[in-house]
Amino acid sequence: MKYYRSHVLVCVDPECLQKGAHELVDALQDELVATGLIDEVQVLETSRIGGCSLGPEMMVYPEGIHYVGVTPDDVPYLVEEHFLKGRVVNKFQTPVTKAVDEELGAPTQKEVRIVLRNCGKIDPENIEDYIAEDGYQALAKVLTEMKPEEVIDTVLKSGLRGRGGAGFPTGKKWQFTRQAPGDIKYVVCNADEGDPGAFMNRRVLEGDPHSVIEGMAIAAYAIGAHQGYIYCRAEYPVAVSTLNIAIQQARNLGLLGKDILGSGFDFDLEVRMGAGAFVCGEETALIASIEGRRGEPRPRPPFPAVQGLWNKPTNVNNVETYSVVPQIILKGAEWYASYGTEKSKGTKTFALAGDLNHTGLIEVPFGITLREIIYDVGGGIKDGKAFKAVQIGGPMGGCVPAEYLDLPLDYESLAQAGTIMGSGGMIVLDEDTCMVDVARYFMDFTQEESCGKCTPCRVGTRRILEILTRICEGKGRDGDIELLEDLCQEIRTNSLCGLGQGAPNPVVSTLRYFRHEYEAHIYEKRCPAKVCRALIRYEISPEACTGCTVCARNCPVNAISGERRQTHVIDPDTCIRCGICMQVCNFNAVIIN
Amino acid sequence: MSVEIKRSEKVIEVVNSAIEKYGAKREELIPILNEVNRQLGYIPTEAMEEISRRLKEPKSTLFGVASFYHMLSTKPRGRHVIQFCESAPCHVVGGREVFEALKEELQIEPNETTPDGKWTLITTSCLGVCSVGPVVVIDEDIYGNVDARKIPEILARYE
Amino acid sequence: MPTIKSLEDLKKIREEALEKRKVKSASGQIQVIVGMGTCGIAAGARDAMKAILETIQNENLEGVIVTQTGCIGLCEKEPIVQVVVGDQPKVTYGKVSPDIARQIMKEHVKNGHVVKEYVIQV
Repeated sequence: MKYYRSHVLVCVDPECLQKGAHELVDALQDELVATGLIDEVQVLETSRIGGCSLGPEMMVYPEGIHYVGVTPDDVPYLVEEHFLKGRVVNKFQTPVTKAVDEELGAPTQKEVRIVLRNCGKIDPENIEDYIAEDGYQALAKVLTEMKPEEVIDTVLKSGLRGRGGAGFPTGKKWQFTRQAPGDIKYVVCNADEGDPGAFMNRRVLEGDPHSVIEGMAIAAYAIGAHQGYIYCRAEYPVAVSTLNIAIQQARNLGLLGKDILGSGFDFDLEVRMGAGAFVCGEETALIASIEGRRGEPRPRPPFPAVQGLWNKPTNVNNVETYSVVPQIILKGAEWYASYGTEKSKGTKTFALAGDLNHTGLIEVPFGITLREIIYDVGGGIKDGKAFKAVQIGGPMGGCVPAEYLDLPLDYESLAQAGTIMGSGGMIVLDEDTCMVDVARYFMDFTQEESCGKCTPCRVGTRRILEILTRICEGKGRDGDIELLEDLCQEIRTNSLCGLGQGAPNPVVSTLRYFRHEYEAHIYEKRCPAKVCRALIRYEISPEACTGCTVCARNCPVNAISGERRQTHVIDPDTCIRCGICMQVCNFNAVIIN
Repeated sequence: MSVEIKRSEKVIEVVNSAIEKYGAKREELIPILNEVNRQLGYIPTEAMEEISRRLKEPKSTLFGVASFYHMLSTKPRGRHVIQFCESAPCHVVGGREVFEALKEELQIEPNETTPDGKWTLITTSCLGVCSVGPVVVIDEDIYGNVDARKIPEILARYE
Repeated sequence: MPTIKSLEDLKKIREEALEKRKVKSASGQIQVIVGMGTCGIAAGARDAMKAILETIQNENLEGVIVTQTGCIGLCEKEPIVQVVVGDQPKVTYGKVSPDIARQIMKEHVKNGHVVKEYVIQV
């Protein structure tokens, strides 16, 4: 077997290539051959180290050193120092990277992994792997050294806020549940992650289930509960099975059950599966569903902390919230609070989607700007297009335009910009996106998922959807914008739960920032982004058309006419705007007007 | 007649085993309904009646719960249920074409069952595997990176 | 495994788990880790896993441990397979079809050559 003592991974992402990554690889190879190290050090091409903006960049293993800005001229020096003399070359190292890499092993400089620290690193079906990563140490610490009040105090001091979306201080919630009268109390984990495109909870449940179990056990100790429920959506069968295995292993080791670690504290857990209803992510609806009823929300107060599951005081937190608790207990409130902004401490996971070069799940400290997330972590907009807006917070969130790109991200600043943190979904939209169409998409979703219990949400969302649909179809009327504004206000103030109260957000935010697009649709019968089918016309440019007949032969409704080698013409009345002609044309002669 | 008796015997048997597994308690209603739905493909009226008798809950309540959740069906379904993810992330990476191909191949619309009783096509909300979209789930198998051309081959794996 | 009755028991299990890891790397043991989150399974991780297990059997590979892990956050590159040889750094492969899995097993696990074209950085 051939062993290399060191591997050099050079990033060959487009940006690094532009900055000479291939030249760097060649120079490294040549130098390694010249120094006779080629059998000991292997150079590999890779992608996504995360520092392309400082590129070209490379990682050197096993040390895990991240070098940036190395030119072929620097290579002889670097090889001599690093590989011959074994000295790290500080001048190519970014200090930030060094600190983060050492502490948390995060893949990019901007990311900090606390929630996701074990995901993809440990075997989720082997409890020993979790214990090796300091698992259940925090539970042992609270059970043997801390009073429940001290646990709550630590969580309060850490500044942790509910990661399900609303951002209520977790320590306070625990305090309320602890102080609520009653002998029987419950802890519940909300794992009903329903926002389209957001899958941070799935990743934690499947990749690090014990962190959630441990966090829940600590919460149970703090509030005085002995039974917990994890409510997981049925769309996540793998997560449910991983959780059940993890719970069984924890029981076998005595980390769940009676007299945990000889402390006299009893706690056990059960997984409850949903059956496909988005509204069950709302805490009172979730409780109704665990009780075996229709998952319909009820008015609050009373809050679950006072009257929850079977009318007993119940602490409901999100997966992400519970999963960071063990870390906070072990490393201290000050450590956690050292990340983030004044009012929003720690880190948050976001699911990046849409027109970005790198989509996926990230974890960043609060206070990072949208620009850093989109351009540094997400690699910028696809195909070099311009940024238009980012939809944050799922279907109940809003669209934030370019002027907020430098806003430091936290719960308060997002509210100010007209959206919510939500579960952390981020859909980046480029210049080709029609904002009315985006609002319509989200309204279609909430209208479908409205549980129907209260009228403003049930009927109101449907009316909004009808108006938006008619605007997109070119049938918008004078007064529609004002009607939308009225309806949004009514639904927001009169709905029973967060779903209805948040449902108008996509419309309100697009009206706030992109009102001109609504106006163009209604008054000029024009879709500025050329998306809404009823408002666009396919035409053939006489300059580019060669008369090859491909478009005419492919048109499903025979709307295209023209002789061979003559310019073809599309009949706008017959055309169904399917766009096939545009796809098949080899000369880019079909244009949208 | 005998076929029908056999069928209702089977229904009662499934209900019994589900109640035995979870217990005849009100809070276990959703797991019980889920189990019956999984075993029989849907929740027949006879099952509803039996559960109502055993749990001492009115049928109207049971129907209220069963009709509330997307994944529970009170109408018969095909031997295999195809769930298509209709969320935005899948939609933008070619989901529409896959959906069209499914409808074309099976000759049915969403929420319909093929005349031979083999397939039912339904849509589902986000399955959280957006990076490998478009995503299709058949019974309990999940398929990612599906493209329209792969549909006939995937369907052929099912009896 | 016995039940954990005290903080000391927990510490002992942790030490043992860490020790096991150390022994694994010191003895040059080879670990093959397959990402088996929903995203991995959807992209075909089960087929890759099957190919890996078959190759181990067919080629009589010894000292190879196959384990699984959750989603590592690069779902677009799933199925993901990672190979750790002794105390060397982890090598991560993306978009591993059954054929690529067999190739990785033969070239990397058996013969020690990293199959460069499928390596991704995490």
